[in-house]
Amino acid sequence: MRRLVNQRPTRGGILVLSLMPFVLLIAVYLAASNARLSTNPGDKLLPSPATLAATIHRYALDEDERTGDVLLWTDTFASLKRLLVALLVSALLGVTCGVAIGVIPYLRATLAPFIAALSLIPPLAILPILFIVAGLGELAKVLLIIIGVAPVIVRDLAFRTQELAPEQMIKAQTLGASTWQLILRVVLPQTWPRLIDALRLSLGAAWLFLIASEAIASTDGLGYRIFLVRRYLAMDVILPYVAWITLLAFIMDALLRLLRSKAFPWA
Amino acid sequence: MTQITVKRLWKEYDTQVVLENVSLHVGDHEFVTIIGASGCGKTTFLRMLLGVEMPSRGEFLIDGEPLPREPGPDRGIVFQRYSLFPHMTVLQNLLLGLELHGSPVLARLFGARRRAAVARAEELLEAVGLGASRGKYPAQLSGGMQQRLSIAQSVICQPKILLLDEPFGALDPGVTADMHELILKLWNLNKMTVVMVTHDVQESFHLGTRLLVFDKVRVDPQAPDRYGATITYDIPLKGHRRQPYLTAP
Repeated sequence: MRRLVNQRPTRGGILVLSLMPFVLLIAVYLAASNARLSTNPGDKLLPSPATLAATIHRYALDEDERTGDVLLWTDTFASLKRLLVALLVSALLGVTCGVAIGVIPYLRATLAPFIAALSLIPPLAILPILFIVAGLGELAKVLLIIIGVAPVIVRDLAFRTQELAPEQMIKAQTLGASTWQLILRVVLPQTWPRLIDALRLSLGAAWLFLIASEAIASTDGLGYRIFLVRRYLAMDVILPYVAWITLLAFIMDALLRLLRSKAFPWA
Repeated sequence: MTQITVKRLWKEYDTQVVLENVSLHVGDHEFVTIIGASGCGKTTFLRMLLGVEMPSRGEFLIDGEPLPREPGPDRGIVFQRYSLFPHMTVLQNLLLGLELHGSPVLARLFGARRRAAVARAEELLEAVGLGASRGKYPAQLSGGMQQRLSIAQSVICQPKILLLDEPFGALDPGVTADMHELILKLWNLNKMTVVMVTHDVQESFHLGTRLLVFDKVRVDPQAPDRYGATITYDIPLKGHRRQPYLTAP
C-alpha cells in the first residue's frame, strides 16, 4: 500500500470527485425541501425545483409587468457594468502606482506607508461618506469597489515588483536602460501576469462591495434584487440569484486564468 | 583603450572591514581572474566595479575618470544566475541591448533598423551556438545555454569592460570547457577588458592573463572582522593561457 500522499486520482476520478460535493449539496437540498413541503405546502424557505424553475423562467425570460424589462438581464447588466468599470480603474491604478512604488525608492518612501494606511480603512465604514459626497448614483457604488480593491492591488504589485531579481535590474542598466526603459521593457511586462493574479484574488472582495452598495441604495442590480425580495421571504428568487452571481464570478475567474496562461506562456 | 585604476581602496560595513588597502592597475585588453576564499571580498570588489556598491575610502578610476555611482553600458555583467529576462525569448533577450540603445522612448526598433538589429543578433546567436533556440524562453534552456545567452547579451553592447561573477560556477565540467572557449573567443574578438571572479583555481589559471588572489594579511582571532582582505598575489599569466586545459572526465 503506497502512502496516501503518493496516491493520485485518474482524470476521470478527479472529475467525479470534484463534482461529488456539488451533487451531495443538491441532494441534501432536495431531500430537505421535499420534507418541509410535505409537512407544509406553503413553506417558502426551501422552494421545490418546480417553483425554482418557474421563478427563473419569470425572471430570465419574461418581461416585468411594471417596467417591461427582463429583470435578471437588466440586473446582471447593471451589476457587471459597475463591477467591470471598478475593476478596470483599480487595475490601472494598481499597475501605475504599484510599479512606480516598487521601482522608484523616493516614491516608495513617500507613498507606500500612505497606501498601507489607506488599505486598512474598512471601505464599508466610509460608504456613508461616499453617498454624501458622490450622491446615490453609480459613482458612489463604483468608488466603493475601487476604494476596497485598488489599495490591495497597488500594494501587491509593489511587493511583486520589488521581488524581481536585482540581477535583472542591474543587467538591464548595463545594457544601457534608463529608468523609463527599465520600467517599459523589464518591469511592466513581468507585471501583467501578476496583475491578473491580483485581480483574481480581488474578485471576491469586489463582489462583496458591489452587493453591499447595491443593497443600501440602488434601483437595479443583482444585490438590489436580492435585498428587495428578502422582505417577501422569496427564497425562490434569492437562491437562483446567488447561484447566478457565483457562476458569473467563477466565469470571470476562469477567463482571467485562461488569459494568463495563453498570453504569458513564460510565467 | 581601457585602464582601470584602484588607489588605496577600503570597503567597510559598520564594524566589518571587507577590503583594505587595495591598489591595482589593469591595462587594456587584459583578462583578470580573481580567486580567494569565500567571504574574502572578491564579489564585493566586482560589485564596486559594477557600480552597485560604493568604496568606503579610496579611488576607483576608469580611464582616469571616477567610476560612475551606478551600473552603465560601459561595464557589462554576467552573474551566476538570474541575469536573463524570463519574459523574453532568446532572440528578444539578445535584441534588448540594441533596442535600448537605438530607441530611447519606446525601447523598440521597427522596419529596417529592426531587421539590421535582428541580423546582428542572429549572427551572434549562431556564434554562441544558440541559433536553433531563438524562439525559446530562458526557463526552457539548460544552465549552460542560459550562460551563453547571458554572455552574448552583454557582448552585443560592446562594453569596454566585461565583469563575470562566477559565471560557470553552476555548470557541469564538460559544459564549462565549451564556455571557456566561447569567452576567450569573444574576449579576443571584442578587445574588451575582462574581470572574472571564480572559485575554480584551474579555471583562473587557464583563462586569465593575470591572476589576483584576495586574502587577509592580518587576522585578529578575537575580532575576525577587524581586518579586511587585500591582493596578496598578483601573477602575470601570459604563458599559461594557451596550454591545454584539463577537464574532469
